[in-house]
Amino acid sequence: MTGVGGIAADGLSWYEATARQRVGALVDPRTFVELIGPEQRETSPHLTIFDLPEQFDDGMIVGHASIGGRAILLAAQEGRFMGGAFGEVHGAKLTGLLRAAQALRRDVVVLFDTGGVRLQEANAGELAVAEIIRALVCARSVGVRIVGLIGGRAGCYGGGGVIAGCCSTLIASEHGRIGVSGPDVIETNMGVEEFDARDRALIWRTMGGKHRYLIGGADLFVDDRPAAFREATLTALRRRAGLDLDTLLAEHARLERRIARFGDKTDAIDVWTALGIENAGTIPELGTRDFVRSAAGHRESADEAR
Amino acid sequence: MERMTYRLTAPHPAGGTRRQAIVGVVASGNLEVLVERTQPLDVCSVEIATSVRGFNAVWEAVVTDFVARRPTGGLRIAINDSGARPDTVALRLAQAVRLISAEGV
Amino acid sequence: MKLGEILRSLFPAGYHLGAEGKLIAGRGSLPGGGRIHLLGVAEGTFLGVEEALWLARRVLEIGPARDATPILLMVNSGSQRMSRRDELLGLNEYLAHLAKALILAELAGHGSIGLLYGHSAAGAFIATGLAASALVALPGATPTVMDLPSMARVTKLSVDFLREKAATTPIFAPGLDNLAQAGAVLEIWDSGKPLDRQLASCLGKLPAADVRDRLGQERGGRPRAATIAARVAKSAF
Repeated sequence: MTGVGGIAADGLSWYEATARQRVGALVDPRTFVELIGPEQRETSPHLTIFDLPEQFDDGMIVGHASIGGRAILLAAQEGRFMGGAFGEVHGAKLTGLLRAAQALRRDVVVLFDTGGVRLQEANAGELAVAEIIRALVCARSVGVRIVGLIGGRAGCYGGGGVIAGCCSTLIASEHGRIGVSGPDVIETNMGVEEFDARDRALIWRTMGGKHRYLIGGADLFVDDRPAAFREATLTALRRRAGLDLDTLLAEHARLERRIARFGDKTDAIDVWTALGIENAGTIPELGTRDFVRSAAGHRESADEAR
Repeated sequence: MERMTYRLTAPHPAGGTRRQAIVGVVASGNLEVLVERTQPLDVCSVEIATSVRGFNAVWEAVVTDFVARRPTGGLRIAINDSGARPDTVALRLAQAVRLISAEGV
Repeated sequence: MKLGEILRSLFPAGYHLGAEGKLIAGRGSLPGGGRIHLLGVAEGTFLGVEEALWLARRVLEIGPARDATPILLMVNSGSQRMSRRDELLGLNEYLAHLAKALILAELAGHGSIGLLYGHSAAGAFIATGLAASALVALPGATPTVMDLPSMARVTKLSVDFLREKAATTPIFAPGLDNLAQAGAVLEIWDSGKPLDRQLASCLGKLPAADVRDRLGQERGGRPRAATIAARVAKSAF
């Protein structure tokens, strides 16, 4: 096992941590065994064309471990390497892991931290996303749980956002963002009136962990601490497993209802007000406990309709 | 990309029993350092891949100094660098060696 | 080829559209009496929350039937719709919902062929053509992940530089040939020959598993993906 080390787990910010530090803090001590670790030097064959530096694990750590005594497969993206984006090798590691998950009937925990497809390897990245989705859905169809954790610097955008939408449970912190088109992409294509990518409050209202939790785009909301993510992961691993036609019919109904309820709203605050939350404008300032309390009884939940 | 390799005599062997360790991230101003216990006890090899050209002399100085002072014998050190400053390089090298020198697997 | 032309060539025995325009749905008659469900996004339409949901509904309606009727998914779309509203509403879940619906329909016996006859990009491509059991294309189709000018803006490299690099590798630049080489496209059909026979032949050889990474390796577009995935899968045991 590759010695990882770092700050003591209880002092760590999930957002600030590296992927390796998150893995180390999330799993039961000394249980993580990495597959195709950095010493294998399976780097991207394509970055050299652009004179870009490589990372030995190509920004994707995969392996197996225990969480709360339960055997799981695990994947973690390094959001600070190439924006955590999907490249050929990076993506293939997760594809292989999910195929193994199906064969082994073993649950998977995915630590997302990605801006989407790596442009320098765009075609490989896009295909990787498609192959990951297929492997994920096939695994879920035989009862495997795929739990997604979102709270890193790059968020979970582009193809990563679509993969997240295929997971059985999503755990997000306030720092996490989930979306398809990122703020810059929307602004560049549609203009600053449509989306001001410099308006951080707008970004977090529209795509951030709190908003996703409130409209049912994320299932569990946690503090920016590994212990909080770990506890939520254990909860998620106890939830009902499986993906079938009934699940999708239930999901269809909730996605239809969401458009009916909020399709005419122009800002998240209007959505939260429509949910029945008082003083919706203060939501961004609330700490985790107060926020979850405000959300209770009002938030839309996906609860196994995903 | 600039690539350099050094094979140095290491006066002090690395402690501990771990086979490998890794620190850092290849992000702007940062680097990753992978260490593996694969060399003879009096040798330390260092391979560097860096996206910033023209600093060979600085790398050589940092690396030579590090190997001379720290317990690095028996180690193969591999670096992927994205423009880290020499003090960051020295820090990561120290972290990596400390990590592999710990007891355990 | 225009959509009407394509449909007539695909279905000399006839076809029926219940919905047409930007989103299409209907059925085609196959030689020998069989039927195939028709679905599609046409006219370069952007895939937003409503569009994804509309298509998914039709896929979900097909699902329960135990008749193994396949689905033909015609694709000439834009990218995902890039708007504040779609992101606010959680477009990622709607696109994922459509992809899940297609894959589960396949697992229930309704294999799908994506037929790319125009454009598609990014998130829309992932939820339609790339979620089908097999993807085929007509010559001249223009699938992209991102166009070069946008890529140039994001990467801060010039378009000329990107074009120069694109000449040496199929790994990033838009284009049907590049994506076919990467394994995305099972086959490129011949628009000069009747499409019904090409459809029948394709229906007879829908892959049972995801072979795209293997194809990408064989064709030289993705030298590492299949090997890496296989190694991870094997060593997880």
